[in-house]
Amino acid sequence: MLKIYFICSFLIGTALAFNRFRPVKIALLSLFVTLQGIMTLHVIRNRGTGFWYFNADSLAVIFITILFFISALSIYHSFAYLKWRQKEARERNFYFAAMVILVAALTCAYCANHIAITWVFIEITTIAASFLIYYLRTDLALEGTWKYIFVCTISITFVFIGILLLGIAAGPAGITDLTYAQLTANASRLDPFWTKMAFIFIFTGFTAKAGLFPMYTAGIDAKDKSPSPAGALFASGIMNVGFCGIFRTYQFIALTSSAEWARSVLVISATISIFIAAVYMMKVDNYKRMLAYSSIEHMGIIMLGLAMGGIGVFAALFHLVLHSFIKAGIFYQTGITYRVFGSKLVSETGGYFRISVSGSMVLLLGFFCVTAVPPSGLFISEFLIFTEMFRSGYIWLMLAVMALLTVIIWAFGRKIMKVIFTPVNGFDYENAERPALSESLSQFAIILFIMIMGVCPPQPVLDIIHAAAGTLAR
Amino acid sequence: MTNLILLIFIVTLFFLVSAWRLVTYIQILALQGVMLFLVALLSLTQMHWANFAFILTETVIVKAVIIPVFLAYILKRNNITREAEPLVPTFVSLVLMMMLVIMIFFLSYASGYAILDNLFFVVALSTIFTGLYIIMTRRKIITHVMGFLVIENGVFILSLAVGNEMPMMVNMGVLLDMFAGVLTLGIFINKIGDVFKDGDVSNLRRLKD
Repeated sequence: MLKIYFICSFLIGTALAFNRFRPVKIALLSLFVTLQGIMTLHVIRNRGTGFWYFNADSLAVIFITILFFISALSIYHSFAYLKWRQKEARERNFYFAAMVILVAALTCAYCANHIAITWVFIEITTIAASFLIYYLRTDLALEGTWKYIFVCTISITFVFIGILLLGIAAGPAGITDLTYAQLTANASRLDPFWTKMAFIFIFTGFTAKAGLFPMYTAGIDAKDKSPSPAGALFASGIMNVGFCGIFRTYQFIALTSSAEWARSVLVISATISIFIAAVYMMKVDNYKRMLAYSSIEHMGIIMLGLAMGGIGVFAALFHLVLHSFIKAGIFYQTGITYRVFGSKLVSETGGYFRISVSGSMVLLLGFFCVTAVPPSGLFISEFLIFTEMFRSGYIWLMLAVMALLTVIIWAFGRKIMKVIFTPVNGFDYENAERPALSESLSQFAIILFIMIMGVCPPQPVLDIIHAAAGTLAR
Repeated sequence: MTNLILLIFIVTLFFLVSAWRLVTYIQILALQGVMLFLVALLSLTQMHWANFAFILTETVIVKAVIIPVFLAYILKRNNITREAEPLVPTFVSLVLMMMLVIMIFFLSYASGYAILDNLFFVVALSTIFTGLYIIMTRRKIITHVMGFLVIENGVFILSLAVGNEMPMMVNMGVLLDMFAGVLTLGIFINKIGDVFKDGDVSNLRRLKD
């Protein structure tokens, strides 16, 4: 199935790049969404099956399901965006082709069960993503694209160095192929020195995609400069692929004698990420960048959960799932806000409530959901992570993180409330564009989902997250 | 013999850090390509012959010929000034480099293996950090790309260390060359030279908080 999927999506991507007729384009895109849907259903039905170097385990199933919803919504919202930012037909075609290739590469990267195969597909996502960032062809877009490619290339090289060092570490253990299964089975026989070196390089490399300290900068510019629907994909699909790489590596590192050491690396990186997010969220004026920094904060919390172990791993995955949805939803809405006000700056935006009640409700409820105010599902996961931190004896760290989160909620709230309620001088509210309710429906569905997950989460969803979390050693 | 070439490789790194003109950088990169070719020729003895031939031709053609020639062409076409314009005095760079290499030697002692077995690792890591250092301390976009090429050379050396056991790794290193191509083409096609008059990173500083 995966073979057919990859060949088909590659063909669709190529066809989209060269096709000139609008009906054909829409047909191809709906074909791709259908294909993605069939693929998602297939992996949900046949969890654990695979071929060659691909294996759809629980983690991959979770991520593919998220990706299906987000990619379908992103393609839908792209039409409104591209209508507003009219460019040459060629550039629009490249935009959709890049999006299709990106989604396909992400799907394969989630499924890969060999660390080098993950690496290859993540490399493809960098190139596809750079086309999305460069859509507007302006100086700033060029700058963002260049920085994204450069930072991602350096980090992908780091991952490769890590894989090579892992190869050295695996030599004495008699591992011939760096599949995750073999590495997990022989984890106790890996050479400790080289394993540590490998982990630090692999982790640093994947942080560029996951959005953590030290390589987080690439993702910020990418989410800011790319069109909002693509930004949603960056905030969910691409961050998940980075997390996927870190999670699968940590899975076998946790079984070696370097587990404690790897754990402290995760804690340090997570804490610095949350700190950076808090500092910049107070400072930035651009709300898309503010959302990007908020993603870094959430990724930091998720890493803390992963490092704590126990129920923390479950909470981290739960948090990641919900964050992928809600952040994408807010990104779609900011795309509309940007279109209405013609500015991404908080200081030049305001009084959105007078223009669109539905849109401002999305922003308001989305803000409550993303800052983990009950009944948002994120509240439960954050609560579980803090409980686990308390139980593991990280009380001071827990208090520090809580203080930083308070700062973040304050900074986030102040800016979102300004956008929603405080009118700006000199903006013509009478003749402003009134976005249709239909554009906000998808976001309402997402918010409803987040709240249901907070109040009474469905058992099958919990089961699959438990299955994915259970693979990490206690 | 391999060890001798690897040690000379470290010397080229010092030369690279202290070099002043961009043309020298390109020449050193070409020289490094040839040296990598020799190291690969001598160390990948247990590899399948077709794969072996592919890697050797790829190394010598891409690393030693195509990329240097292309960089020289970009230099001429985009009218980039000849000097590398380091932000740090050369003397300081040399001292830092010296300390770096010594530190990596000590790190390699910590692994508990004999130093000569680890020479691949020492040289590779020195090369990678030299590349990062060049990226950090130079102003031009083209020197950043050159820094990346140096990092890539380091990765290639490291992949040779596991090349006999896992030949797939060396092949995947070739994929990194593709990225080097993307980066150099990026300067060439995407008009960084045209949009920003001189390829200077200070033009790329507007996107920040």
